[in-house]
Amino acid sequence: MTREEITTGLAEILEEVAGVNPEDVAEGKSFTDDLDVDSLSMVEVVVAAEEKFGVKIPDNEVQNLKTVGDAVSYIEAQS
Amino acid sequence: MSRIDVVVTGLGATTPLGGDVASTWDAMLAGRSGVGPLTQEWAEQLPVRIAAQLAVDPSELIDRVKLRRLDRSEAIALIAAQQAWADSGLADSGLDPERLAVSVGSGIGGATTLLAQDDILEKSGPRRVSPHTVPMLMPNGPAAWVGLELGAKAGVHSVASACATGAEAISLGLDLIRAGRADVVVAGGTEAVIHPLPIAGFASMRAMSTRNDDPERASRPWDKGRDGFVLGEGAGVLVLERADHAAARGARVYARLAGAGVTSDAYDIVQPHAEGEGAIRAIRKAIVDADVATSDIVHVNAHATSTPVGDMLEIGALRAALGDHPVLSATKSMTGHLLGAAGALESIATILAIRDGVVPPTINLDDPDENLDLDVAAHKARHLEVPAALNNAFGFGGHNVALVFTRA
Repeated sequence: MTREEITTGLAEILEEVAGVNPEDVAEGKSFTDDLDVDSLSMVEVVVAAEEKFGVKIPDNEVQNLKTVGDAVSYIEAQS
Repeated sequence: MSRIDVVVTGLGATTPLGGDVASTWDAMLAGRSGVGPLTQEWAEQLPVRIAAQLAVDPSELIDRVKLRRLDRSEAIALIAAQQAWADSGLADSGLDPERLAVSVGSGIGGATTLLAQDDILEKSGPRRVSPHTVPMLMPNGPAAWVGLELGAKAGVHSVASACATGAEAISLGLDLIRAGRADVVVAGGTEAVIHPLPIAGFASMRAMSTRNDDPERASRPWDKGRDGFVLGEGAGVLVLERADHAAARGARVYARLAGAGVTSDAYDIVQPHAEGEGAIRAIRKAIVDADVATSDIVHVNAHATSTPVGDMLEIGALRAALGDHPVLSATKSMTGHLLGAAGALESIATILAIRDGVVPPTINLDDPDENLDLDVAAHKARHLEVPAALNNAFGFGGHNVALVFTRA
């Protein structure tokens, strides 16, 4: 899976869970500061991403995933 | 003794008869039933396959993402509260948020969320359980959401007294203003538990009508053929305001919330007291609190749920506490029983009866119980000047609440 495909997949999740416009989702964007994803929605995003990409994202990793790019890198490395 | 007067300056509701107060009231006056068949697949196995479902689904008014975080009872409480708030004209009035409180309760709470998330837990494991589960199922959720949306900082309260909840929440609002803890209280009730488990539970108590082949005739308070209540869903919210506060801003006033009476039976967890002793005391207390004469109470919106025992006990209580002059209405004949929202919705109907000089009909009263010896507005709405009126609500647990509204 390419980074672009992972980003698109995350954008779909973010739209479903938090109503984020997919056009706003880019690697440099911060989940909390740029995309307005609060802590409870972030939990939903992580669980949905695990399902979609077939990876495990432990809770202690989640705090390191500040930006969409961080999440893409983590998923890319795991899958 | 000088006392703080409390008036009603805003109304909001979403009910089986309509998505707002005006459409609900129009449907009531026309004698329309909001009861219909439950066509969901899960209903097939149930002994009760009828209910009064919302006329307007909350998804038509609240966006999908926000709705993911709201139990249905919370979503409709928000809708009713926003209507009432807009109706009151308080939004741009400069009201100090620290003088605004909320008192909104639910009889059962976020049961549908609890059960849906339990399904997920069983099927997919704990990690799949939504992080929104707790704020969706907590019983204070509807009040908390209303407080959040309206910016209420004088306290957010959620009473729970089963089918008396909506009325008790209003009585608490009256207390809060009288005690000087708020100038305005957004008060009411909400309920949304049309789900197989609560239905099965009530049905196992033999409390519900099983007139599945004739839904619109199933809710028939005081009729000989009554066989239990019909479950309804909805929310009703009132804006209560200190009278001088409302006058100072030139607010439109619907009615005065003149008094409340709250008692408990201490008799049985579900059966009402056999002589209606607690209900009689509640009505008498409300009348004393309101400082009106029993003869002024010309209309009663009764609790009357269409159960064999409860309906006639209330008639006895009304006769004992008021006499035989009031004209009664049982609007549950049209709306079904909204449980924790019932007392709020029926308070709205009581207030509008005062405003419009017309009392709503009791439909399906085709063959009145032989012990029904009070005057009921049967089948059709009736024009009647209403200077003061009573609304009763009783709940499992032995809760009795009576509210007196008077012309402003």
